[in-house]
Amino acid sequence: MHVHRFERLWLVAALAMIVLFIGTVTYGAVGAGYGMVDDTGGQVDPTDATASENFREPGVYNGSEPGHYDVYIEAKQFLFVPGTSDPVRVPANSTVTFHVTSTDVVHGFEVVGTNINTMAVPGQVATVTVEFDEPDEYGLVCNEYCGSGHHTMAGSLHVVPAAQFNQTEVN
Amino acid sequence: MAHPHKSEQPQAYESDTAQLSDRLAFVDKFPSAARITRLSMGVSFTALTIGALLGIVQALHRTNVFRGVISSADYYSVLTGHGVLLALFFTIFFLTGIFTWGTSRSLGRELPSPRFSLVWFLLMLSGAVMTATAIFGGLVGQIPFSADVLYTFYAPLQAHPLFYAGLAAWLVGTWLAGADWIRAYYHWRQDNPGERIPLQMFMILTTMLMWYIATLGVAVEVVFFLLPLSLGLIESVDPLLTRTLFWFFGHPVVYFWLMPAYFAWYTVLPKLSGGRLFSDPLARVVFILFLILSTPVGFHHQYADPGVPEGFKFIAMTNTMFLLLPSFLTAFTVVASMEYGARQRGGTGYLGWLKALPWGNPAFAGCALAGIMFAAGGFSGIINAGMNINSLIHNTLWVPGHFHLTVGTASALTMMAISYWLYPQITGKRLQFYGIAQVQPYVWFIGMGLMSNAMHRAGLAGVPRRTAEPQYQQFDFMPVLGSMLEMRLQIAIGGSLLTLGAVMFVLVMAGTWLAERGRGRLRVDSHLPEPISGPSDSPRVLDNVRLWFVIAVVLVVIAYGFPIYSMVADGALNPAAPPFPV
Ligand code: HEM
Ligand SMILES: [Cu+2]
Ligand SMILES: [Cu+2]
Repeated sequence: MHVHRFERLWLVAALAMIVLFIGTVTYGAVGAGYGMVDDTGGQVDPTDATASENFREPGVYNGSEPGHYDVYIEAKQFLFVPGTSDPVRVPANSTVTFHVTSTDVVHGFEVVGTNINTMAVPGQVATVTVEFDEPDEYGLVCNEYCGSGHHTMAGSLHVVPAAQFNQTEVN
Repeated sequence: MAHPHKSEQPQAYESDTAQLSDRLAFVDKFPSAARITRLSMGVSFTALTIGALLGIVQALHRTNVFRGVISSADYYSVLTGHGVLLALFFTIFFLTGIFTWGTSRSLGRELPSPRFSLVWFLLMLSGAVMTATAIFGGLVGQIPFSADVLYTFYAPLQAHPLFYAGLAAWLVGTWLAGADWIRAYYHWRQDNPGERIPLQMFMILTTMLMWYIATLGVAVEVVFFLLPLSLGLIESVDPLLTRTLFWFFGHPVVYFWLMPAYFAWYTVLPKLSGGRLFSDPLARVVFILFLILSTPVGFHHQYADPGVPEGFKFIAMTNTMFLLLPSFLTAFTVVASMEYGARQRGGTGYLGWLKALPWGNPAFAGCALAGIMFAAGGFSGIINAGMNINSLIHNTLWVPGHFHLTVGTASALTMMAISYWLYPQITGKRLQFYGIAQVQPYVWFIGMGLMSNAMHRAGLAGVPRRTAEPQYQQFDFMPVLGSMLEMRLQIAIGGSLLTLGAVMFVLVMAGTWLAERGRGRLRVDSHLPEPISGPSDSPRVLDNVRLWFVIAVVLVVIAYGFPIYSMVADGALNPAAPPFPV
């Protein structure tokens, strides 16, 4: 089969680029340690998430070590609990693991302007771990269509200076 | 017959010195295939018209430029209509039209049974009408239907049963259409043992085999889960399993949109540029790669899903990146064939040959502009495919920004452009309103340039897709490039230009449809010149479609076997989520 010289060059260049792309993603996962949302959050009963041991009453909890926090968030038509009526509050200089599930339909959980972005699927718990260095305020938004009030489903996340964070805020 | 030995000659391509009979319009040679092609295109363009009118409503509503047509709650009925009518019905009715033409043209014969062809067409049409009725019922209070589930219909959102029943009927129609073309191929094979498969037929065969594999996922989802759920026969479904079945289908459907465009770029565009295809064998390699790699990648739409182990996302990511290869090769061939054509037309210089191309021919201009936009869409697609960067833009407006370049332009604009060339041949009528047709591809190109770049940037600022409101009370979006107001205006203006472009196209088609035959000679003929490097240069194994099919199935089993098994192992309906009618 005759393949033109230029075409062969192009083929090699394309393959090299593809390998490069795969390499970058692999580096991100293995080298930089970017953890994907996966199955580690486990499963829950879609109609009663807190009944399972994988999920707690929605709220902020102390993590396994100092400076670590676990935030349990329930997404439901058309609220984040916590997040919508009260902001989620965590201290700066902390490592936070979000555990997100839905108790009705599929929702999205996006911290606007960051790469914290996961689906909230009934029956599954999504876990995302991030570090917050600086105090800041972020928006939360549901980015998956979830019904006629979808465009109202939002909230906020406040990363407050450690001094302003009170242990009584922790469940 | 003037050429009794015609069937003994290689039929893959007509010879360069085309016979007079080749100059006859397609409709005169194959009236029955021409009729099915016309019917399919008629439905396709009707869907395009309605979908485009919904498109401008969305573009103006969600940017807050004009909100007088619908309420924000009704936005999702409109968006469901837009997605289903454009992504499923416009594109795939066009596909059944052009593939009917391509089968008949490349084999040089009618489809085996005009009645069977009509059956699959009517089945697809009735399915489409049922689904559309269920969707638009949602806009009318008195009608008890509604199906505001968007074109992805993620459970446990639940539509009226008519929505799913229509989709199932339509899907079975596409399967029968494929069977019709494959049957025509077998008949041809009996008369032509040992010959190479004509290139267009080869493309149709590989595309349809891919479709049979891919649609299995959505067929199981609809028939075993969603339809029974909506009828109350089962009380719950596993949302993750149904999502997975959807995306098993949802990525390869992308290639079902693109393959008609590739089909046109490989087999018709070289002629429109004034030259011929660079390489027939590489075209075959490209279609084989699509058949093999299109399906085992669906998890790249579930990068952000909990419950799917990272390893499977990684496998999908790797396959996805390799799936870039056939598109890179296509880019080469398309550009090379165009350059060859331009030089045949007297073009010279390093880039100067570009000026020699027929930019005033709407069929050529549309395909070429679609190709340019596709290159841009390819780059944003690489970001989507990058498992970890994806989380920056997942489910933001970046995503519709991306696919309006791919399906919304590479496919849609090519389909419109090719219609300017094809429609006269299947009707025997000269294209009307030629001046409008000449401007139309440029209107689309500019409109999409505005809408899509702004959507991409808004997505980077975190603006979600699929929402009726431009702003949230709790926070402000922080754009990285440009301002929110400017992006909204570009989306509104671009969207309006796009709808104008669609209306211009439909005017040309309707004008041609209503024109009388014989009003002026056709400007086009269906003769396609031979490639520079023909099929005889390539190994015969390329034509072993069965082998490629088996490899494709094996790869699907590797990518999906275990994850689907583990989702079903705890009960196919567990975790059990009850339905939420919308
Ligand atoms: C005619 C001009 C068009 C306009 C003005 C337009 C406008 C839009 C807008 C503004 C959205 C975003 C809605 C949102 O996420 O809130 C959208 C979504 C979409 N468009 Fe278009 N579009 C046009 C043509 C097309 C074409 C030709 C196709 C495909 C062939 C297409 C396929 C889609 C799909 C699949 C969606 C996503 C629906 C969903 O998220 O469920 N559009 N369109
Ligand atoms: Cu939502
Ligand atoms: Cu995909």
